[in-house]
Amino acid sequence: MHPAISVIFFTVISGAGFGGIFWIGAGLADGASTPLRLAAMFLAGGMAIAGLLSSTLHLGHPERAWRAFSQWRSSWLSREGVLAIACLSAFGFHALLWLTGYPGIFIAGWLAGLLALTTVFATAMIYAQLRTVPLWNQWLTPAVYLGFSLSSGFLLVAAFSPPTTFLGWPLAIAAVLLLCIAWSLKASWRMNGRCKTLETRGSDIGSATGLGALGKVRLLERPHTGENYLTREMVHKIGRKHAAKLEMLAVFLGLVGAGLVCLAVWALALPNGFLAIAFLLQIAGLFFERWLFFAEAKHSVSLYYD
Amino acid sequence: MTSLPARVEKKLGLVIDLDICVGCHACVVICKEWNTGSVGAPLADVDAYGEEPSGAWLNRIHTFEISPPNAPAQIVHFPKSCLHCDDAPCVTVCPTGASYKRSEDGIVLVDESMCIGCGLCAWACPYGAREMDPVEKVMKKCTLCVDRIYNENLQEIDRVPACVRTCPANARHFGDFSDPQSPVSRMVADRGGFDLMPEMATRPVNKYLPPRAKTCTGQGGEQIPVTAGFLGWLDRALDRLG
Repeated sequence: MHPAISVIFFTVISGAGFGGIFWIGAGLADGASTPLRLAAMFLAGGMAIAGLLSSTLHLGHPERAWRAFSQWRSSWLSREGVLAIACLSAFGFHALLWLTGYPGIFIAGWLAGLLALTTVFATAMIYAQLRTVPLWNQWLTPAVYLGFSLSSGFLLVAAFSPPTTFLGWPLAIAAVLLLCIAWSLKASWRMNGRCKTLETRGSDIGSATGLGALGKVRLLERPHTGENYLTREMVHKIGRKHAAKLEMLAVFLGLVGAGLVCLAVWALALPNGFLAIAFLLQIAGLFFERWLFFAEAKHSVSLYYD
Repeated sequence: MTSLPARVEKKLGLVIDLDICVGCHACVVICKEWNTGSVGAPLADVDAYGEEPSGAWLNRIHTFEISPPNAPAQIVHFPKSCLHCDDAPCVTVCPTGASYKRSEDGIVLVDESMCIGCGLCAWACPYGAREMDPVEKVMKKCTLCVDRIYNENLQEIDRVPACVRTCPANARHFGDFSDPQSPVSRMVADRGGFDLMPEMATRPVNKYLPPRAKTCTGQGGEQIPVTAGFLGWLDRALDRLG
């Protein structure tokens, strides 16, 4: 599949933003001073919104994007839009309660947090629902999206939180644990993805043409000599060329780099602000990870063109 | 609404006879011709006369080669357009309600004024039946010539999809698959018509008829024994020479 930059940016950045909203709702920033907590809330909310705005850039008609809120009964893309707005509203309400000192901040925070996770789940389901792309069509896809959202959101908020512990856990160690869980999910997703191919699902050029029973089928000629929307969007192969190197970069930055910074913060008792470096490293790693998520996915249309 | 209709009154669609199609691309050309001047935005081309021409087409013909075991290879021209699936995944993924399946005849259509051009329906279609218009930035697809088949301003013979009307070999047929006695239903029953990628669980309405078995004079590459007459005598004489 074609790895569109706007969609990569959207899934990575809004994932971190919604993860941050979850952890703020869960009380991770409760020990922070007012300006620091405000900055964390502003960043988490801002990244969620920036990601959503970026996703409209790949639309043919962004001015009609509001129409996407209407079909939540059947469409995961629509559900994602509705949930994102609900989450941001709850988060805004939470911020208002906090700023004015009214009670109920705990409930509003958890509500925003749970809506944030549901939004990330809906984003992942846009891809996981597609039977046409077997690599995505597995239940680990939403697990991976949630894992990366929770771990990057945790680092984002923890960087603004002076206390060194959260629920009894050293912050930096909790961050490492979340990183390990997220990347283990990704590794399982990859392993599982090996048996989630067009071939294992029973799709090949024979089933695509219905001619497989007659003999070995091969494409003799494409419909037109040039490229078309389908080949550019769904028979995209250039992105796979450096897959192994890009995967190494993703793991090196997003897991090893980010994890080592967290461990250094813990071992040297550095201020939590240094976790921002780990956050940036993880985001950099996730850009490579997300590029491969798209570039390595094979769509069944490729059976008619290969 | 992008939920699929609970039931459809008719199942209009096409039968494509792969035994007959000669790959002339007449259906491809008339499809572009009719639909570029039809309801909705024109079917655009980009750089049509330049280095890298590209454009939106609703019907494309691929050409495949089948190599049967112990028989000569055979060419199959393979027209492909929207199959108007019963369980159309392109419809249910649409976030705006632009994609819909009509309950009266089962035709899958796009309301272009509601389409945001997100492309998710094209990703959901296993067959590559939907293409984004490069100029208008809305999703285009086969309408089964909905503006011809009910059009009383046309002569009755023309009230079929343009591709069916124009096919010089009569490889394309249009009809109602909900009626088991309709010509298209009988054709499918008689000839063993099949679905494309049934494993995708889309339940396509359009059906394909397989190429008929070819009559072979001999098996590929093997010698044909000659036993009688002058050639038989020559064959034996040359054999004796060593």
